[in-house]
Amino acid sequence: MTEAGTEVLHREKTSTEPAWLAELRRSALATFESTGYPTMKNEDWHFTNVAPIAERKFGSAKTGMVVSADALSRIGYGQDWYTLVFVNGRLMSQPAAETLAAGLSITTLASEIESDSEVIRRHFAKLATPESGSFTALNTAHAADGAVVRLAADSVPDKPIHLVFVSDTGAEGAAMYTHNLFFAERHSQATIIESYVALGADVYLTNAVTEVFVADGARLSHYKLQRESQNAFHVGTLQVHQARDSRYESFSFATGAALSRTNVYTTLAGDAAEAVMNGLYMVDGKQHVDHQTRIEHVAPNCPSHELYKGILDGRSHGVFNGKVYVHPEAQKTDGKQSNNNLLLSAEARIDTKPQLEIYADDVKCTHGATVGRLDETALFYMRSRGISMSQARRLLTYAFAADVLEKIELEPLKEALEAQVLERFTN
Amino acid sequence: MLEIKNLHANIGDKEILKGIDLTVNAGEIHAVMGPNGSGKSTLAQVLAGHPAYEVTEGTVTYDGRNLLEMDPEVRAQEGIFLAFQYPIEIPGVTNAYFLRSAYNEIRKAKGMPELDPLEFLDLMEEKTKIVEMDQAMMNRSVNTGFSGGEKKRNEILQMAVLEPRLAILDETDSGLDIDALKVVSNGVNALRRPDNATIVVTHYQRLLNYIVPDRVHVLAQGRIVKSGGKELALELEERGYDWIPGAAA
Repeated sequence: MTEAGTEVLHREKTSTEPAWLAELRRSALATFESTGYPTMKNEDWHFTNVAPIAERKFGSAKTGMVVSADALSRIGYGQDWYTLVFVNGRLMSQPAAETLAAGLSITTLASEIESDSEVIRRHFAKLATPESGSFTALNTAHAADGAVVRLAADSVPDKPIHLVFVSDTGAEGAAMYTHNLFFAERHSQATIIESYVALGADVYLTNAVTEVFVADGARLSHYKLQRESQNAFHVGTLQVHQARDSRYESFSFATGAALSRTNVYTTLAGDAAEAVMNGLYMVDGKQHVDHQTRIEHVAPNCPSHELYKGILDGRSHGVFNGKVYVHPEAQKTDGKQSNNNLLLSAEARIDTKPQLEIYADDVKCTHGATVGRLDETALFYMRSRGISMSQARRLLTYAFAADVLEKIELEPLKEALEAQVLERFTN
Repeated sequence: MLEIKNLHANIGDKEILKGIDLTVNAGEIHAVMGPNGSGKSTLAQVLAGHPAYEVTEGTVTYDGRNLLEMDPEVRAQEGIFLAFQYPIEIPGVTNAYFLRSAYNEIRKAKGMPELDPLEFLDLMEEKTKIVEMDQAMMNRSVNTGFSGGEKKRNEILQMAVLEPRLAILDETDSGLDIDALKVVSNGVNALRRPDNATIVVTHYQRLLNYIVPDRVHVLAQGRIVKSGGKELALELEERGYDWIPGAAA
């Protein structure tokens, strides 16, 4: 019996979880045990070795930890957003229901499980199924908490919703399984920020799954900020389902973790649904950052646009795999995908693989990837104007990232991330 | 101000400059002319400190100091400015941010206080007039999508802001129509002071109608083969270079 198995049996005895969930967790664990952790022979994990995760025994995080108001204000960019704070995987604070905008509901996975709600029965692990991947199976088996955000039809909350997952010293040596569910009903519109941040340099694992349902004509902007501790592991999966005329925009910003893998998957299931996937990863030292995106064009007339940029310094290793599948019915698909990388050192490495599979005949799809270094001529030009070598490198690096940051529509977040990019390269 | 003695420079294994001697004093304008491939642009780039060129022999003294030991940014901070023949595009960095960074680094090097964005805006309002440039250009990425004329004006604008002591204009006139040429020349003349100097590298005499040189030098095959007053430029325009000993291809 594995460590993980022991934990689930233990939970079954002590918790009041509904039987269907206990059964789902048991079968998810069985799924994981039959496949194990992915190896580099697995095409989807060809450039990412998860042995550092597989070989470690993670325990449970300390609960009841509290994060100071100061730290929270910093993490929240000083903004008055609807904010839920989870510390080491457990809820610390949430906005009072009566303070929320009309049509907006924010609850937690733990409370939905406890009340065995309809929503959890119908939707938990339905998009991101245990069979879809080893880490998702583990998440299904162990997920204890997370946010459940519901936007009623036609609702447009006045402020963004910020889900903050903080790790502090209590997370040392622990695995935290977070599971979020977002529902954007017909013609609702909102911005959700999912932040993973650390207060220290602890070693821990975040295994996060977020399932997103975007109904007809709904528009959701979803920012995921992965700023885990430099020694942590982060595996996160976003699985999105888009109905007709919906728009889902994802931005993945990843600067943290020793090893991270972010999956962003969407299915364009309804006519004229639009997906936008952008991202910026920026790593240094011996960090490993891996993104896999998948856009399933199932319905016709759907545009999807994707721009991922990477800045790699030190001996870091980046991986990008962007898949676009155009199903036979998905005529008039307009797909555009690019991944551009900037290597700042001789030892940094990037493996990039944009992938197109097209089974329809009337589509417009482009994809491309670039890998480059700082332009020597531009560096000289700047130096010849009195700008120091380090400042010139910093400006050019920032300039490289500028166009993807420009796509962030949430102004305070854009400014904060721009500042973070500039700061990162200040000597 | 500037004393070049027996300057030799290579790019890769190829020797381009083969012993240049040139002295420029404060208040003077020197024109360096010559056929294509004579080494004019190399001389300009070497003075600015382009890392691709290797100086193999000779000395360059600037205000009594060894210029060749200085990094390009130090040269700029000490008052040397090169207007590029082909100004570089820098997508993602606005003209205003770029120029303010440069200006402030030079101020810092001189121990002067830096300007904040608002103060800098006032300065730009004044300086853009010198080159008749629309202020809106300041918010565009450096040289990105600029026409040839706009790029050259932008070089002169940078020069106007950075106020160099020694400006080197590398074929700033190439590809300019007559209006742009006048704007650029007026800019250069407006910035002329008794304590600064200018080296104008050009292929054509036309520019020298507007920027009148004190001395004209003919560079051929990596050496200065003839020097004279401004009338030499007119003679070159009429007779070409072939009559000068050492200049024939």
